[in-house]
Amino acid sequence: MNEQKPPVHGDEVSPDDLVEDYEIEVDELPEELLEESTKSKTVKTLILTGVGVFVLAAMWFVATNFTGTIPNLCAQVLREALKPQTAAVAIAVIGLNIHFGFTGLLNIGQAGFMLLGAYGFAIALSNGLPIWLAVLIGLACAAVFSLLLGIPTLKLRGDYLAIVTISAAEILRYVGRLSQLGDVTGGSHGLAGSAYRGSFTDLSFFGDGRTAVGPFNYHNTGVDGWWVRAVAWATVAVVLLIVWLLVRSPWGRLLRGVREDEDAIRSLGKNVYMIKMQALLIGGSLGALGGMIYVLPTSVQPDAMGRSLTFFIWTALLLGGAATIFGPVLGAILFFSVRILIRGVTDAVVPDSIMTTQQAAQFSWVVVGVMLMLLVIFRPQGILGNKRELQFNA
Amino acid sequence: MPEQTVVTDLSDPQARRALVQGIEATPGVAKPDPILTVDNIVRRFGGMTAVDVDHLEVQRGIITALIGPNGAGKTTFFNLITGFDQATSAKTMFHRPAKAAHWSFNGQSLDNTSASAVSRAGMVRTFQLTKALSRMTVLDNMMLGARGQRGEQLLFSWLQPLWGRQERQNTAKALELLDRFQLLEKKNDYAGSLSGGQRKLLEMARALMTDPTMIMLDEPMAGVNPALTQSLLRHIQDLRDEGMTVLFVEHDMHMVRHISDWVVVMAEGRVVAEGESQVVMADQAVIDAYLGAHHDTDLGDDSLLEDEALQQLAREVAEEEAGDDK
Repeated sequence: MNEQKPPVHGDEVSPDDLVEDYEIEVDELPEELLEESTKSKTVKTLILTGVGVFVLAAMWFVATNFTGTIPNLCAQVLREALKPQTAAVAIAVIGLNIHFGFTGLLNIGQAGFMLLGAYGFAIALSNGLPIWLAVLIGLACAAVFSLLLGIPTLKLRGDYLAIVTISAAEILRYVGRLSQLGDVTGGSHGLAGSAYRGSFTDLSFFGDGRTAVGPFNYHNTGVDGWWVRAVAWATVAVVLLIVWLLVRSPWGRLLRGVREDEDAIRSLGKNVYMIKMQALLIGGSLGALGGMIYVLPTSVQPDAMGRSLTFFIWTALLLGGAATIFGPVLGAILFFSVRILIRGVTDAVVPDSIMTTQQAAQFSWVVVGVMLMLLVIFRPQGILGNKRELQFNA
Repeated sequence: MPEQTVVTDLSDPQARRALVQGIEATPGVAKPDPILTVDNIVRRFGGMTAVDVDHLEVQRGIITALIGPNGAGKTTFFNLITGFDQATSAKTMFHRPAKAAHWSFNGQSLDNTSASAVSRAGMVRTFQLTKALSRMTVLDNMMLGARGQRGEQLLFSWLQPLWGRQERQNTAKALELLDRFQLLEKKNDYAGSLSGGQRKLLEMARALMTDPTMIMLDEPMAGVNPALTQSLLRHIQDLRDEGMTVLFVEHDMHMVRHISDWVVVMAEGRVVAEGESQVVMADQAVIDAYLGAHHDTDLGDDSLLEDEALQQLAREVAEEEAGDDK
């Protein structure tokens, strides 16, 4: 029927034929590339998952069956990956992913949201409020904070939000440190975990005693035990589910539309300001939730949630892949455990006369910084990100 | 006069001709059934007055072209009436000019509304530099155009059963439009991978997803290859024949002469002439303002777009296909 006759020289070729030829040439190439890329993508995903599982299993095996420096290091890395703080940061990264990955909002103060959530939660608990109310108060603090930041800036260009969030986060930290507020926030000493942890550990149904699984050996409940780990990672799972439900919906499509071009979305009759505000609110509240979990096994320290934590969150997001569902979690886990690995390897390999143990720890942060740079240059889409989605970054 | 009869009548060329011939060809003339009325709209950038339109009416149900030389203020005018820019003469809380800007669309005043509210009123625009959402698929681009989506409300968005049915209806509509604009096989491609012309098509199709009363096209032909131009022209005429009002900005004289029922000429921010294309192009004010020194040049050799030429092409295609089947 539609056989393509190659135009012979001298044949009468109508303009329409030329058009058809032209279109076919243009059309077919990307189509083939697309199919190939989806196929190779599935294969790649499988291989990467396989490698990941194998590495984890190998580390687990080495850590449980041998003793010495390397098994010790393996155990340390695995423990770091399972830490409640890693889960807490993962939740904050998921929040930032709503801001930056899906909506294109430049929030450079995610640690501020975390700090606010932690303060709200801890202060409410130490004043004897029930834990569910304390969680709500922490979330409400973050919601009010995002409204305050969003109302003046979201009508302006994206850069303004970046400037306002980073300074607002710093202001929060300094206010928290004020000695005049010592009765409420504990000033620069912060709030001790014992002041608020009680009602959280009381909820535990894990009982007393210790449980050891492979390289992990913790109290069932305790200060930094299985209970807080279980709650932290369960929260990560719930948050992932919620974000997945939101992002696959028409609302999520609207977020991506706003990320791509606000004016186009306006011309289609959507209220861009409202959508950006909703995204800022949800991402900020997730940051606050992360902050609450972050302080459960330790204490509220304003300086622990400063600029550097914001940049760790950003690194984890870019490492895992923005605008993906699992990217933030993978990024957070890798970020913290790889740093432990670098620190351990440096400490073991480099003699103390050149680099002491403390210097090795500092060196690991330097390497993390260099990794962030390399990542942005050579793999801007992160580990799970879609390269094709990034190609059209005009 | 009932609106419906006007709309049906206007798909008939004779009726359109009769309608526009009844209108006097002077700037700011009143139309029998204006869909858009603009008064006193002024926009200054510092000392430069980009737009200064006293009065303009756009007739319902026909294709109106807005032409003018570079820098005449056509796109600025577009931005002003669609809410993407604010008029210097606009009435605000602190500034109440004697001749405040006022424009109404379909009987609804649009003096101080946002771009999204203008769009919701039924006046949907496209952009000179296409705003395809590059890192989203063509279908997702289309779906964003659909109105009143329940799933776009945060409260309902996570409950798929609440919006699934509506989503399926919108998808069917989007696919139908994509098919009409020959983009169907591209539906899962990223919009960023489309050619310039295809992006124009996509943008137009996306605007149609909103079921607009009036569609405003900002240079729909800029950068589109000649083959695609013809199908674009056809689409625009079809829209008119379905009862939509079309207002478009264009440089291309071929296109203006070929499809517009009414032409408005802007120069230095003002409306200097309006009328049927032949009348306007013979107008001395237009020749002076628009063409300047080059008024000898052919204003638009549209012989290629005449029906005979098209029929000739169609015949050749038919012969070619008959030859292939053998």
